[in-house]
Amino acid sequence: MFKIVEKSKLWFSISIAIIVIGMATWAFRGLNLGVDFKGGTVVTIRIGKAFDITEIRPIAEKYDSQAIVREIEGNEITITGQSLTQEEIPQLFSEIKAKYNLQDNDLRETEHIGPSIGSETRRSAFISVVVAVFLMLVYISFRFEYKSGVAAILALLHDVLVTISVYVLLQIPVNNSFIAAMLTILGYSINDTIVVFDRIRENNKLGKYKDFTTLANASITQTLARSINTVLTTLFTITSIYILGVPSIKEFALPLIVGILSGTYSSIFIATPIWMLWKNKGLKA
Amino acid sequence: MKNKSKITFIISALLIIFCAYALSSGLILGDYQISSIGKALKLGLDLKGGVYIEEEIVDKNVDKDTINRTKELLELRVNNLGVSESTVVLTNQNRIRIEIPGIYDAKKALDVVGKTGKLRFVGPNNDEIITGDDVKEATVGVDQRTNAPVVQLKLKDSGAKKFAEATSKYVGKVITIYMDDDVVSAPQVNEAIPNGEAIISGSKDIEEAKRLAGIIQSGALPVKLQAATVKTIGASLGSEAIPTSKKAAVIGILLVMIFMALYYRIPGLIADLALAVYIMLTLLIFVGINATLTLPGIAGLLLSIGMAVDANVLIFERIKEELKLGKSLKTAIDQGFSRAFSSIFDGNITTLIAAFTLNFLGTGSVKGFALTLIIGVLCSMFTAITITRFLLKSFANTGWIKNTKFYGA
Repeated sequence: MFKIVEKSKLWFSISIAIIVIGMATWAFRGLNLGVDFKGGTVVTIRIGKAFDITEIRPIAEKYDSQAIVREIEGNEITITGQSLTQEEIPQLFSEIKAKYNLQDNDLRETEHIGPSIGSETRRSAFISVVVAVFLMLVYISFRFEYKSGVAAILALLHDVLVTISVYVLLQIPVNNSFIAAMLTILGYSINDTIVVFDRIRENNKLGKYKDFTTLANASITQTLARSINTVLTTLFTITSIYILGVPSIKEFALPLIVGILSGTYSSIFIATPIWMLWKNKGLKA
Repeated sequence: MKNKSKITFIISALLIIFCAYALSSGLILGDYQISSIGKALKLGLDLKGGVYIEEEIVDKNVDKDTINRTKELLELRVNNLGVSESTVVLTNQNRIRIEIPGIYDAKKALDVVGKTGKLRFVGPNNDEIITGDDVKEATVGVDQRTNAPVVQLKLKDSGAKKFAEATSKYVGKVITIYMDDDVVSAPQVNEAIPNGEAIISGSKDIEEAKRLAGIIQSGALPVKLQAATVKTIGASLGSEAIPTSKKAAVIGILLVMIFMALYYRIPGLIADLALAVYIMLTLLIFVGINATLTLPGIAGLLLSIGMAVDANVLIFERIKEELKLGKSLKTAIDQGFSRAFSSIFDGNITTLIAAFTLNFLGTGSVKGFALTLIIGVLCSMFTAITITRFLLKSFANTGWIKNTKFYGA
């Protein structure tokens, strides 16, 4: 049997350190809100070879002084602006096209989203997350106990914050797919935590273990092979799409990979210790 | 008993392999042809390339009939572009979503789609002579003298009368033709025009004249529209996204299958068969409900394949434990399934709660992603429990391999 929950201070410190770095960066550099949320225009162009991004910036700034030029994987760039119009996009592209000898189809994607859509998306995203978390808390409290529910939601919060840190540190634009990524992680993380809690519930009924610490450690150990194998099979598919996919799908797959790893970590090292500490506190009181 | 199980198992396994082959590469059976599932799936605009526009109705309190009329007019205009498979859909009370595959010029599409299309002929004293409502027919022609493309209008009787009066009054003066607030043409009246035929010159080329005629012909929109979202997806993006995703899918699925077979042996191989059923079932449901496959959708689908074996992993770990306790193979399999059930059930229900919430409250691509997740969870519960149990039990009954080592002990 592994001794996991005894070292909860260590696990909590590791997680808090990662999250603090992420959140500090968030406060300092901010989240890169994409056009889905902020409104505006994005133009994606494939340069197809090594290039100097500082040469592109002045071209973009001619059309929109606030334009942000970003390099994404696969020698592609995105130009994001608030005031770029449909008339200006072809002009902007033809300047860059001439400079780098591009083809017409190197204009990969353009996107313009009005501000009203952005705020609507943000609101609906926020509401759906809050509602989903609340409903899951109710369900887990009903099927297990409310302490399990709260511990699972805290682990979930942990995974969401770790994933947001990836977005912040790599400055990946936060768009509609961000919500999809968050909700996938939410589903995965909860699912993973429930497997451990299910084992705790079952072992508790059997009454084999003398205290909550042993009960928690035994349950983690018994489900460990499953936790590792499931995270492996999940990573097999999502990592292959990350390695082979087009740039826009890479940006979606990377946070998912981190979130899924975090989801596995948190069920074992966050959710279960929190539950155990809480239960032990209840005994002393 | 043994022989019956042998036949059941062999037939089921062969059937699954045969279906997997038929669906992945298509099949011709005599006169019947089954097309591969890849061809039957509807691809989203992000995989095909094209223009995506979401028009917002600016006016407040527009009634349902007017909105439907607007949508029909937009359909007419989009069809004028001559692109097959374009779609015009009402997304909510005041938004209309338009998808035009194969066109990569957003400005052109916006011009055709978004113009209110109010046509007005205005005299020198700013007096309105006729409007688009007086036009019976708008066609494209060529100006005899200049060879430039023009739009020829045939007016209704009411319009022809008004136009004749005005042209006789304003000989030598200018009549300005407005489309919405833009001046499309400002010809000088050389003589009175009694026969109800007018010409709009000033089109750059024949294409532009065609577009203008199309807008006039389909009639003015009853409401003012504003483009809330405009996306152009270049042809190259889609043509690369599909083969790379396919390759990633094949490699990812193979890795999962090899891992399961190596780690869990017999049950692992059976889980691979169940996984094949899962993939087929999910894709068939996609085709069945006419769902559109988008780029994030593909990622979601692949993720669900990785997660789909989770239920089997849970069950097999339990079977292993039971076998290690010295139980017989049959008992271990039965107990493995029943012991693992509560965690599979609770885990999947919570995921479904999240997915349904997202599907009801989310917007756009998020909704689609949630639907993928829902289909994935439901199918994986079915295949990982029902199909795996059926196959594993019939295989155990064949008595081919009795050594529990091959079942994980």
